Amino acid sequence: MGSSNSSVNNIPNAQELMQETGFSAAHILRLHERFEFLDKHKCGQLRPQDFGAVQELALNPIGDSIISAFFSPGQETVDFASFVRILAHFRPTDRNQSRDGAQQEPANSSIRKLKFAFQMYDQDRDGKISRAELLQVLRAMLGIQVTEEQLQSIAERAIQEADLDRDDAISFDEFRKSLEKVDIDHKMSIRFLR
Amino acid sequence: SSFFNLFSPVKLDGVIDTHISLNYREIPPKPTGGVTIVPPVKPDGPQAFPDAEKANLPVFTMDYPRIQIPFEITLWVLLASFAKIGFHVYHKITIWVPESCLLISIGLIVGGIMHSVHEEPPAVLSSNVFFLYMLPPITFSSLFLLQVLWFAVVGTLWNSIGIGMSLFAICQIEAFEVQDINLQENLLFASIISAVDPVAVLSVFEDVSVNEQLYIVVFGECLFNDAVTVVLYNMFNFVAEMPVVEPVDVFLGVARFFVVGLGGMGFGILFGFVAAFTTRFTSRVREIEPLFIFMYSYLAYLVAELFAISSIMAIVTCALTMKYYVEENVSQRSCTTIRHVVKMLGSISETLIFFFLGVVTITTEHEWNWGYILFTLLFAFIWRGLGVLVLTQIINPFRTIPFHLKDQFGLAYGGLRGAISFALVFTLPDNIGRKQLFVTATIAIILFTVFLQGISIRPLIEYINVRRTNRNLDTINVEVHCRLMEHTIAGIEDLCGQWSHFYWKDKFMKFNNRILRRILIRDNRAESSIVALYKKLELQNAMEILDTVSGDISAAPSIVSLYEEKKNSGKPKKKFLASDLKSMHDILSKNMYKIRQRTVAYTNKHALPNDSQTKEILIRRHTSIRRSLRPGSFQSSVVPKSHKYFSLPAGKSLESKFPPTRLSYTDDQETMSEVAYPSRRSRFHQPGRSSSRAMMPLQRLDTLKEAPSVDVLDESTGERGRMGHGMSRTNSSSSNARIPAPRRQFPPSVDHDSSSADNFRNGHHEATAEEEEQQQQQQPSSPTPAWAAETQDNTAQNPLLRRPQWNPKRK
Repeated sequence: MGSSNSSVNNIPNAQELMQETGFSAAHILRLHERFEFLDKHKCGQLRPQDFGAVQELALNPIGDSIISAFFSPGQETVDFASFVRILAHFRPTDRNQSRDGAQQEPANSSIRKLKFAFQMYDQDRDGKISRAELLQVLRAMLGIQVTEEQLQSIAERAIQEADLDRDDAISFDEFRKSLEKVDIDHKMSIRFLR
Repeated sequence: SSFFNLFSPVKLDGVIDTHISLNYREIPPKPTGGVTIVPPVKPDGPQAFPDAEKANLPVFTMDYPRIQIPFEITLWVLLASFAKIGFHVYHKITIWVPESCLLISIGLIVGGIMHSVHEEPPAVLSSNVFFLYMLPPITFSSLFLLQVLWFAVVGTLWNSIGIGMSLFAICQIEAFEVQDINLQENLLFASIISAVDPVAVLSVFEDVSVNEQLYIVVFGECLFNDAVTVVLYNMFNFVAEMPVVEPVDVFLGVARFFVVGLGGMGFGILFGFVAAFTTRFTSRVREIEPLFIFMYSYLAYLVAELFAISSIMAIVTCALTMKYYVEENVSQRSCTTIRHVVKMLGSISETLIFFFLGVVTITTEHEWNWGYILFTLLFAFIWRGLGVLVLTQIINPFRTIPFHLKDQFGLAYGGLRGAISFALVFTLPDNIGRKQLFVTATIAIILFTVFLQGISIRPLIEYINVRRTNRNLDTINVEVHCRLMEHTIAGIEDLCGQWSHFYWKDKFMKFNNRILRRILIRDNRAESSIVALYKKLELQNAMEILDTVSGDISAAPSIVSLYEEKKNSGKPKKKFLASDLKSMHDILSKNMYKIRQRTVAYTNKHALPNDSQTKEILIRRHTSIRRSLRPGSFQSSVVPKSHKYFSLPAGKSLESKFPPTRLSYTDDQETMSEVAYPSRRSRFHQPGRSSSRAMMPLQRLDTLKEAPSVDVLDESTGERGRMGHGMSRTNSSSSNARIPAPRRQFPPSVDHDSSSADNFRNGHHEATAEEEEQQQQQQPSSPTPAWAAETQDNTAQNPLLRRPQWNPKRK
């Protein structure tokens, strides 16, 4: 899209965002379009119900959590920059990225992706997945035929497997450890369209 | 070709073999699509009334010839259906032996019987019958799902050409005495046997819970390759009759292929749009909505046949288009009706075809040629395997989850032949010299693949452990977290409005929203209406809750106490046995919501397309919202409370209607307080509408602002009509633990009991709630099981059920 650069410049802080997140100009442009599409009231900020208007998201078992991940605690709206920053987590990892130690962890690194996933569970952001939080997510993800008992058992087992320090909750490190065999980059990336 | 003579009177002699001797005149095709030939065969003159002078008025007469044909047809259909029932009575059989095998076997038996008494099988299977009546239902019924084109089109082409060429090569070998089969005929035959029949395979795949990608691909492939096969068949048929083939013809053939395929799609879409447009205006004539659907799809099919373009494609695309738009316009009832009928018709057709396969196998004369047939089998295998390999190599880079070798094996091995091949080969024109040989070969292949592959595919898949839906060797943690991640990704993709690479789809969606939906959908909102969807699904869910009895759900009463116990017991470490683990994995793999593929709905042959996943999610969503709005959490929730309203239709303001009543609802003590209702009523009462409108306190997702739809009333009255049935159900299944921990926040009271009488009258699923409630009066001490109660609340609050008396008694 040859004209993309010129329109990208209409977006505030576009260059910064590109630097920070690694998105290309075309990506940013497209995300901006999407942002504006979601922003029905044209106020430059997204509110939760704008997210909720995406029907498929509403049907997603963890749609709530995903949406709340966009809003920092206390915030009621999301501006474009935050929108992009969060989405940057899902960019495919750049394999040959060379990072000097001083540079901040890029948004789409494995750790950040994992953190996002962790956040899906940890709604109260206390850094631990409590049993109740785990149960909640499990319940959302499981069909209606699973009994409460079975749910409890599954949650119990999950905690048992992962909880190394016996505090009956899963911390981020334990979470990470339990997923060490899984290719996070692959699972938590999407190809952004241009 | 012989089957395009739509408008001329048709006689079936000579089209099939000599056994079939039914004459009938073409009548305007009936919408049912089943075997409904009703020929106006009049006996020669009145028999029922002999000359008045000769005899007295007969009191009792029998006129068999008059009803003979429809009677026999009905009997055949019934017989085949009984067979189907029989299979499922003994469930174990169907696990190991695909239904098609059983049907064929029964057909063989019956054929054998008939052969021995020299009876003729009913002449219902002709090209016309097949293509005009039987095929549409089969294709139509599987059409509310979407597919993958790649394997279908290219794969079939590959197979046909490959097999055709190799067979032609074989034919050159003198030893087999088949030199007279020329290239065209070989290609024709090859195209016939490339048609893969998904029926058996898919049921196995489902049982084994093979991963969805594979399922989708197999299913999609089968669907489209039917279309491709028919197209190829026509082409080759045409070509085969030509003495000389010139390059121009080949080129024309290719061009024709595209015309046929794309033309079919075009017609389908056209008819789909017309149907959608029509249903926009059907809000007052709900009863005939299904009729429109069927008529239009059938019309699409027929018109496509008229122009000799791919009718299957036409009907496929027509149904697809319709599904999208029409579903929003028609009432819930009509949707259900359509689904039911479609499934039924498809089932009948399929059953019959297999059945007849068996019968005809015995009763036709066969021409057996070892060399040709064996090589056919061999090549069919080889080419399919190769085809799958090559094609997956090509598309794997584009897939998010590439196909492993095991998947490919499943794909290749799952290529069973069936109904389509059978019908096609029968309609070969007689001037093909070796028609009998082809017939025999086709039957041989079908039997071979269906029986051998069909029966062995299940153990094989389990043995090689084709990648299942998140199974095995993972810890519970990994399984759960991986699924969570998949959901996350799906959600983010939805949020970004994109999914893998379909930029054009995105464009199309914009166009769609702006223009098409405005025209075609009655109640158009900018984004699709969650509300209407929710309403529909609510109802469905409510009905299903009653309809299903699940075996592995333990009785409800124990759960609550168990939970309490656990909570209080200081949590001793529970030991998990290996068997526990295994069952956990089973539960997870069977019950976790599959990632919503944008291209498919995972459905069982015997079940309707299952919306329960979406509805459950919606309900949970609703309840999680509700839960988080507890008095306590309402203020202190970290998440801004505005979050929870995201499912409001766009444009609705947050605070206007719900919070006060919501609070009061979730309050333990005053559930349906008078406070809540009058305010509701005053807001929502619309003159002339039933008071049920007022009774939707917490359905803020409900379409209050929807244009008055008559169906609400209809359905509500209809619901009451059903309640008798429902009532007995609930009475008998008192521990209906479909909702595991039904906790109600209503205080137990005598008042309640008396009101429940009214409630029984008013809604069956609500009755369930009442029953449960009477058994367990718990004060919910923790929010977690409340989702179940919420579910009931939901269903109980279903506005479509009138409960005019409910409120007062509730106090």
